[in-house]
Amino acid sequence: MKILVTVKRVTDPDAKVKIKPDGTGIITEGIEYKANPFDEIAVEEALRLTEKSGGEVVVVSIGPAEATKELRTALAMGAHRGILVDARDEGLDSLLTARILQKLVAKEQPDLVLLGKQAVDGDSNQVGQILACLLGLPQACFASKIVLEGGRAVVTREVDGGLETLSVPLPAVVTADLRLNEPRYASLPGIMKAKKKPIDTLTLESLGLAGVAPKVRIRGYAAPPARKGGRKVASVEELVDLLKNEAKVI
Amino acid sequence: MSKILVIVEPQGDALRPVTLNSVTLARQAAAATGGSVTLLVVGSGVGPLAQAAAQYGDVLVADQPELGRYLAEAWSLAVVAAVQQLGARLVVVGATSLGKDLLPRVAGALDAGMGSDVSALVGIDASKVTFLREMWAGNVLATLEIEGPCALATARPTEFAPAAPLAAPGSITPVAGLSLAGLQTQWVGFAPSISARPDLTEAKVVASAGRGTKGADGIKLVEQLADLFGGALGATRAVVDAGWLPNDLQVGQTGKVVAPELYFAVGLSGAIQHLAGMKASKVIVAINKDEEAPILAVADYALVADLFKAVPELIERIKAVR
Repeated sequence: MKILVTVKRVTDPDAKVKIKPDGTGIITEGIEYKANPFDEIAVEEALRLTEKSGGEVVVVSIGPAEATKELRTALAMGAHRGILVDARDEGLDSLLTARILQKLVAKEQPDLVLLGKQAVDGDSNQVGQILACLLGLPQACFASKIVLEGGRAVVTREVDGGLETLSVPLPAVVTADLRLNEPRYASLPGIMKAKKKPIDTLTLESLGLAGVAPKVRIRGYAAPPARKGGRKVASVEELVDLLKNEAKVI
Repeated sequence: MSKILVIVEPQGDALRPVTLNSVTLARQAAAATGGSVTLLVVGSGVGPLAQAAAQYGDVLVADQPELGRYLAEAWSLAVVAAVQQLGARLVVVGATSLGKDLLPRVAGALDAGMGSDVSALVGIDASKVTFLREMWAGNVLATLEIEGPCALATARPTEFAPAAPLAAPGSITPVAGLSLAGLQTQWVGFAPSISARPDLTEAKVVASAGRGTKGADGIKLVEQLADLFGGALGATRAVVDAGWLPNDLQVGQTGKVVAPELYFAVGLSGAIQHLAGMKASKVIVAINKDEEAPILAVADYALVADLFKAVPELIERIKAVR
């Protein structure tokens, strides 16, 4: 069993990002970066699946050289090797990102591709689905449970109104939702071992994707209109009076 | 003269209400180009659904046994065939779990750019479509430009009013030459969340529980508050993470986006990612014992109090004045 897992380097999800005054991007000075939380869940699941039945977990990040840190973290959790595709978000969209992964899948021939359902910077939730289409593979998105049996993945999906279960033949593309698992922390021996694990660096040129223009571009960044709030009420009695007589909602 | 295609999300033989919000975005795009709106009905034995959809525009129908249950693999083929038959300039579906699962797969097949969870249409011409959409958990409002002859978007339902029916129903035309060979996905089952409460995204009143509810007893109070209005129950990511409530009740960046008339935030701090899912609510009431909780600065009415005392009193006092 070979599993390819994505690990995107994203701004710290618990930090509030600020926008450049000229609206051309976010202010990156002083910002912390972390692995996309949904990708961490995908890495954890890949480790659990291969720990059960043996296999290899290959982690891939598409980003700047600094994303090596997030790959090392995944390697310290237990992944076997890493691939860094040197590219910047500014030149990518979901379609191009999926095309990069398509090339890697052709090269690595994994049995399963696991991705986080969305990256918490762009919040697009597209890459896994596009990749599945480009590869002509079935998809099972927003997974809360994955069972491998008889060359198939039986995946429970978090959908509106309940939980849906699909069975897809391998190879397949699965995206991880929040409750799939609780990712482990890297152990100290794990961190030591990770330093020696290989990380290959590839470029868009080496993948034959140099000069492919994204179809989707961000032309401006602005702060959403602020909500006027913050009126303190002193008691439940006052609250009910305001809801009835001012807001007129009860 | 652009053709705008809206994918109908079914709810039995009716349109899931969120479809009508997508129709509104599509009508805006059609109006901007002097074009027209077509609705796509996908399924098996969907005659009545097609009739219902025709109240809002011309309809294309992909009606085959393999399409009877939503599966991304099969439905994406139907959408691609419809897009090609119509020559669609823009394809819209609601940003629901179905829309989010389906539309990127269509984007892959059409080699087309897509905007996720768009909140406004800025412009549309023959070569570009421009939308607004939130990124970074609602901290950034981005202007997104999609190039190419066909663009795709999932529409954030809370940002578009439901469309009204037309004076006269539209035509109904089948999608021709649809081949569904080689499907690999098997549907195994569906376990519905058992709830007598309305859909979170469609409820007029939502009461959401945060970590401050401390589990079952506190959540019961929030449920009672929701039920007082026949409203929906929501939860923060922390509550879902803890397994106190199911994930489909999660409000926020990675859950549902809601905009009810009245939103009660009970024992929740107002993390960035939660605010992303509820800040468009008309009236927000926050109850939190921590004076520093960010939710209090966002709420229209902020009550600093112990929820275990305040919520029972609130329920009694609301009952008394209604």
